[in-house]
Amino acid sequence: MISDAAFWTLTALLGIGTFLIRFSFLGFLGRRQLPDWVLLHLRYVGVGVLPAMVTPLVLWPAATGGETDPARLVAALATFVAALRVSVTMALVAGMGTLYLMQFLLS
Amino acid sequence: MSRAAFWQGFRDCSPFIAVVVPFSMLFGVVARDAGLDLLQVMAMSVLVIAGASQFTALALLQEHAPVFVALLAALAVNLRMALYSAALVPHLGHAPLWQRALMAYLMVDQAYAVANKTFEERPEMSRADKVAYYFGVMVLICPFWYGCTFLGALIGTAIPPELSLDFAAPVCFIALTAPLLRSLAHVVAAGVSVICAVLFAAFPAGLGLIAAAIVAMLVGAQVELFLNRRRERLA
Repeated sequence: MISDAAFWTLTALLGIGTFLIRFSFLGFLGRRQLPDWVLLHLRYVGVGVLPAMVTPLVLWPAATGGETDPARLVAALATFVAALRVSVTMALVAGMGTLYLMQFLLS
Repeated sequence: MSRAAFWQGFRDCSPFIAVVVPFSMLFGVVARDAGLDLLQVMAMSVLVIAGASQFTALALLQEHAPVFVALLAALAVNLRMALYSAALVPHLGHAPLWQRALMAYLMVDQAYAVANKTFEERPEMSRADKVAYYFGVMVLICPFWYGCTFLGALIGTAIPPELSLDFAAPVCFIALTAPLLRSLAHVVAAGVSVICAVLFAAFPAGLGLIAAAIVAMLVGAQVELFLNRRRERLA
């Protein structure tokens, strides 16, 4: 059981902290011109962050207690191929569809 | 604000509803399982709107970690958004302060990835159009995030774990990443990001992610510079 005091302290501070992280550069730099070397690196924020978010979720899913799950590996690959070749919508369909199919086949 | 740009953002983000729905419902279910009441579940989703950090914080509180430990871990998971915030400065930094504050509140992975991709592909977009586009992207996600958290909290354990709703998160991030791989430098950076995520897996929650992202950004930038120099030599 989570105590009310612990929950509300955490939620209030996490809300404020998360807002400040999001507001940071956009809020305080505003219309200031960023130097070229900064802009160069910022072009790689998306490809730097998102794959590193995905990797542990696919390799060591919490739902299996951290055990690598072949069904999820195949489904992740199917998502990636569909996203590259077809469309975002098809990637989402292919991802969950392949997972269900693999779970059915492997069970 | 330009209406056309607003609705373009709305349309470009609409496929991601398909993952926001299961992921936010899952948070509702997990939070109720952890013993939170409806008001608490909704307060967290509305005040924080950052799914990954909400799951992290809840899991740590359930394990009776001290509040400040849960807080630091959850904030570390959200540190990546400082990078999003910086990356959006050249496109949205001109907006008035109250708009930038609203943009900051709404800055989720989907908003950053969809908006930034469009801004880079269409440098001719006017500043007003970029602002309208960004809000178009988020106006769709946000109500679904609140609404489906609520639905998940109501339905609760009636959602069977066999549905593997947790997998909606990686599926979403993969679908956001693939369209970003538009040059060799981007592909190399993404590869480095994956390798570093494995190498840094033992780091505390969130910090491995930031370290991997920074290494990948440095490598991506160097590859771009290298390719540009080589092109100049060959030309």
